[in-house]
Amino acid sequence: MSAFLRDYLIVILFALLACGVVGGFIGLGAIFRPNRPTAGKVQNYESGVDPVGDGWSQSQIRYYIFALLFVMFDVEAVFIFPWATQLETFGYFGLVEMVIFIFILALGLVYAWRKGVLRWV
Amino acid sequence: MIEQLLQVQTDSPEVAWSLIAPLVTLALGGILLITISSLIPSLKDNWFPAAFTAGTAAAAMVFVVDIWDRVSSTGPEFVVANSMSVDQYTVFVTGVICISVFLVSLLFHGYLQREGFSGPEWYVLILMSASGGVLLASAEDLIVTFIGLEILSIAVYVLASLHLRRGESQEAGFKYFLLGALSSALFLYGIALTYGATGSTRLTGISQSGLNERGLSPAVDSSMILVAMALLMVGFAFKVSAVPFHLWTPDVYEGSPSPVVAFMASAVKVAGFAGMLRVFFVGFGPYVEDWRPLLQGLAIASLVVGSLLAIAQSNVKRMLAYSSITHAGFILIGIYAAADPESRSNGGVLGAEAFLFYLLAYTIMVAGTFGVITLIGRRDDGRHSLDDYRGLFKSNPVLAVLMSALLFAQAGIPFTSGFLAKFRVIAAAAQSEAYVLAGVAMLASVVAAVLYLRIVVSMFLVDSPAEADEPDALPSGLSAFPLAGVTAVAIAVVATIALGVLPFGQEILTDAAEAMSAMR
Repeated sequence: MSAFLRDYLIVILFALLACGVVGGFIGLGAIFRPNRPTAGKVQNYESGVDPVGDGWSQSQIRYYIFALLFVMFDVEAVFIFPWATQLETFGYFGLVEMVIFIFILALGLVYAWRKGVLRWV
Repeated sequence: MIEQLLQVQTDSPEVAWSLIAPLVTLALGGILLITISSLIPSLKDNWFPAAFTAGTAAAAMVFVVDIWDRVSSTGPEFVVANSMSVDQYTVFVTGVICISVFLVSLLFHGYLQREGFSGPEWYVLILMSASGGVLLASAEDLIVTFIGLEILSIAVYVLASLHLRRGESQEAGFKYFLLGALSSALFLYGIALTYGATGSTRLTGISQSGLNERGLSPAVDSSMILVAMALLMVGFAFKVSAVPFHLWTPDVYEGSPSPVVAFMASAVKVAGFAGMLRVFFVGFGPYVEDWRPLLQGLAIASLVVGSLLAIAQSNVKRMLAYSSITHAGFILIGIYAAADPESRSNGGVLGAEAFLFYLLAYTIMVAGTFGVITLIGRRDDGRHSLDDYRGLFKSNPVLAVLMSALLFAQAGIPFTSGFLAKFRVIAAAAQSEAYVLAGVAMLASVVAAVLYLRIVVSMFLVDSPAEADEPDALPSGLSAFPLAGVTAVAIAVVATIALGVLPFGQEILTDAAEAMSAMR
């Protein structure tokens, strides 16, 4: 087996281990726990919202704005993680660059705020 | 932590801010505009955003003139860790993009008031898109090229769908976005294959990896490079809407807000051509024999399809969409002649001059033409059939004359910049012995003239049918139209005729063309 494939062996072992641990605990629970199903208990759980109606139901448009804003700052975080590991290499140059980057993104937040997007109507 | 930071030797890359000032001005202008008008909302609805955008474009133009003088004496400069190159070619293209932003911002002002939209977003997106175009024109690395392409495009996808009341506008934005994403994916695939074949994304690195003392290096996987070049060409051909990658153009031009189309047809295309030329001249210079036939095919297809399909249309915006495809064919001939490996001194420089002159002339006349369309569109921007232009000369003689001047320029009638542009392109093609291309170009310009004449005839000769008792009738007299928009159209007409009559600027063209020929 080549060294390249051996690296992936670890991934496979981890995957098997994860399946084993989760399956094992849930299986143990199934043996020991009492089983008294009610209508409320067997419903699907989705973020605390009752699963009523069919799958194509409409959701509030205002969630959409928050999702967009979330993506903006999520991407910011993705940029900051690799930067943080290399901060010492880049020193002040890196620091200033990141401050500029976050500042420009913050201006986007200012724009969203002034546009009234952050108000829950 | 702070102590540690102080001790570190910072090896920040060389940026040379003064040389990328136009790019920074455009991007910073957009950021400033959106910040100022968020903090002071009362500024949103008056002349401020338009004036600010036009002022930003003018400021960038001032930097362009200054940098032109600098690079004329020093030669090409490589900036931002060699990822961008500033030479006379880049500076010329930047200037053309700034002209487009200036004219379009003037058109926006009256348009937004008529349509009842407010807000700085339209202007901000134009500025952002223009900064991406400048980046695309000067990128020396395929990754930077891609970033420029995306900054340029994403803003325009949004602009295309920004007319919120019109379903067609949403449709146009969606179509443009989906097809644009596909072409971006193909472009990225091309970058990946290029990197796989040559081990570099830097344009100079790509061209050097292909060469050794006996010509093309056998170390480079040439089949992979052929596929890579084809994919990159598809990405650019989509942006400049060359046939067979033009199918989005009529729908998107018809649906998008008219002043946005003025920007799409001018600055976006110019940036696309500029990026295409730099990537292929600098990066794939050694493979010129391989990619030059692609240009020939694209050019012939664009000329034939663009000029023939335009005749079948009855919507003026669709007609001009096909006309812009024909123009793309002419510009591709300019690149084809400029890439002539035999006559780097004769046909090459002639072709480069023709290409650059065509970009300038085309930008001005197409921005002006869509400016008139913007003015005539009525509220909701939906009145663009040929019938809506009937009898325009009777109700608005000045506007009709301005429009005819611009259409004659697009058709290539003498004493306009359009004639000189087409003449230069065809002469350059003949000089590099591409007689078939030159012949097709001449035929296409004759066929395309029919289309422009159809619009002119309907403006002048046909009496408008009971236009007067229509509630939505076009106002008569120029004063009914927004001043800024009329000014933009007037500037475009004056520049179009001046470029066609007065032979100024030849030395600028020659300098930029020589910088362009020196790239490969």
